Amino acid sequence: MTSTDAQEAQAQLASAASSEVIIQLNKVNKWFGAFHVLKDIDLVVHKGERIVVCGPSGSGKSTLIRCINRLEEHQEGDIIVDGITLDKNLKHIDHIRREVGMVFQSFNLFPHLTVIENLTLGPIWTRKMPKADAQEAAMKYLTRVKIPEQANKYPGQLSGGQQQRVAIARSLCMNPKIMLFDEPTSALDPEMIKEVLDVMVGLAETGMTMIVVTHEMGFAKTVADRVIFMDEGDIVEQNEPFEFFNNPQHPRTKLFLSQILQH
Amino acid sequence: MVVVRAQPTPSRVAPLSETTVIGWLHKNLFSSVLNTVLTVICLYIIYVVVSGLWVWGVADAVWVAKDRRECFEISINGACWAGVIQWIDNFFYGRYPRAELWRVNLGGLLLVLWMAPLWLPRVRGKIFIGLSTVFLYPFLAGYLFSGGDKGLFMQVMVTLAMVCLAGNTVHAIIGVVSDSGLPDTLLRKLGKDQAPETTQRNTLLAILAAALVVAYVLQTGWTEESVPWTKWGGMFLTLVISGIGIATALPGGIILALGRRSKMPVIRVMSVSFIELFRSVPLITVLFMATTMFPLFMPEGFSLNKLVQVIIAVSLFSACYMAETVRAGLQAIPKGQYEAAHTIGLGYWGMMGLIVMPQALKHMIPNIVGSFIGLLKDTTLVSIIGLFDILGMLRAVSQDVPWRGLHKEPLLFGAVVFFVVCSVMSKYSRHLEVKLSAGAKR
Repeated sequence: MTSTDAQEAQAQLASAASSEVIIQLNKVNKWFGAFHVLKDIDLVVHKGERIVVCGPSGSGKSTLIRCINRLEEHQEGDIIVDGITLDKNLKHIDHIRREVGMVFQSFNLFPHLTVIENLTLGPIWTRKMPKADAQEAAMKYLTRVKIPEQANKYPGQLSGGQQQRVAIARSLCMNPKIMLFDEPTSALDPEMIKEVLDVMVGLAETGMTMIVVTHEMGFAKTVADRVIFMDEGDIVEQNEPFEFFNNPQHPRTKLFLSQILQH
Repeated sequence: MVVVRAQPTPSRVAPLSETTVIGWLHKNLFSSVLNTVLTVICLYIIYVVVSGLWVWGVADAVWVAKDRRECFEISINGACWAGVIQWIDNFFYGRYPRAELWRVNLGGLLLVLWMAPLWLPRVRGKIFIGLSTVFLYPFLAGYLFSGGDKGLFMQVMVTLAMVCLAGNTVHAIIGVVSDSGLPDTLLRKLGKDQAPETTQRNTLLAILAAALVVAYVLQTGWTEESVPWTKWGGMFLTLVISGIGIATALPGGIILALGRRSKMPVIRVMSVSFIELFRSVPLITVLFMATTMFPLFMPEGFSLNKLVQVIIAVSLFSACYMAETVRAGLQAIPKGQYEAAHTIGLGYWGMMGLIVMPQALKHMIPNIVGSFIGLLKDTTLVSIIGLFDILGMLRAVSQDVPWRGLHKEPLLFGAVVFFVVCSVMSKYSRHLEVKLSAGAKR
């Protein structure tokens, strides 16, 4: 038991976290109608940090990361991303949307455009890049996710794992500072989960700040700097992975881990 | 205990019912006693109807006659198509002066010529061509149809339209022949295709300015005899009213649908009220209100002629129906598409124009073309308020002295004309659906 723990500790990716704070959540509260979904959330994320958020469904983990790029609006508290406060100011929201990339559980690729058009749409229209430059950058990212030959196909012609990798490449084409992942592998066949996780590990190695909502605990153990456990709108426990999985402190965490680590 | 099949089963010949005509007949029409009886009855009914129509409409029909009395003298039980044939010009052009009919035909031809590049595969800049059709063609056609003196505004618009039409045609020919475009070819001929972008742009602008000057000079010398709108009628008038209605219904409908889905309360309430108001009243009521109430709303001394009032009423009415079709299409787009557009930094209009609308329009096509077909047919209501569109003309035949009482034949002819036009639109809609879904079905 101890030797595998030691191996795991060694296998863990070297942390690229700096001390610069890039995301800060202060006493964030959110309600969906009358339902209190995020309760007094305090969170500090440093540049280059990799955070995995886990928890039962309905705990508010997806809502949390969707508040960071303003897909959901929070009612109380402050969210400060890359030095800019998220409020009703459209300029702030636009700036943050460009700096924060997101990968969805259902990929959300644009079915009426080819893969390369999916990737170059953002840079051409939002960053005003010339078409040739955008295409060159897009091919570079497609090669990085290992599917350059699919450039002229439509998303419907690709497998789930390929589509998710295209989705990751699409977000990377905007050169974001932060990448958010909302259960990226939950809709994939087991065979395809590995190829997507490999891409995410590769991304982590480049020093990207990542917040990943996932049930893939193997990924958490190898890549994460911090694991956060959420339940019913609270951040119940957060710790670095080795301690989190081997010495859970809160009884709710212990219950959760005992249920998911069975198989 | 294992079950194994040693040899693959050989394929056998299909039973007769699947392969031969007689087999098909046996399976589908004569499979049981009841079905056989029903088939015989149906065949008999078809025979009676078709042979009756044939005898009345073709065998005993009169094709050439001076008036109805002569028709009756030649054949008492046959159709009197002579009246329809004599009135054909009226049906299609109304009371437009016969010597000037070439202007209407030319206008139609110009429309076909202007829009033809949209169907040719290797032509670029189709969006520009489409927009220029909507914004510039009406001015050229409007002057062709109505003639008279051109004010300065009209002269400028006609100039623009002429240059645009000439440019489009040349561009389309170049596109089909050599898969390039008009701007590129011009630059190459002048040896400027490697020049910096500003030089290229200035060269093209200079050519455009020269073309505009030439066209302006040409068109000042071109005047046509004035034909007041009261003489417009028949299918020509129907197509003008429904054509303008269709051209404005889709953009108007899109704006109203976006307004209805807007988060801004004032815009949303205004859009909803507008849409529900026009959908709650019949088109005929809208037409009556337009012709009686518009003059009350206009400022002193500024009056709209009845045709313009009708066109505005029809356009608003069809835009409201189109708005609901567009809204249905927008609702069919999953929320994830909106979110994905949001995360790559697209603003509201970028998201709508690049992501949502292209996908939604594909869902909307059957309903949009259905609305257009309905609009074409509803336009016949203007015959009730005194505009002589095709229905007005068809009914006017029976008021004409030589053809008094001729009802069946003109109306049947009108039905055939509408059937042909609407079928073509329907077939085209089906073709569009198949073409746009070709990417989706794999």
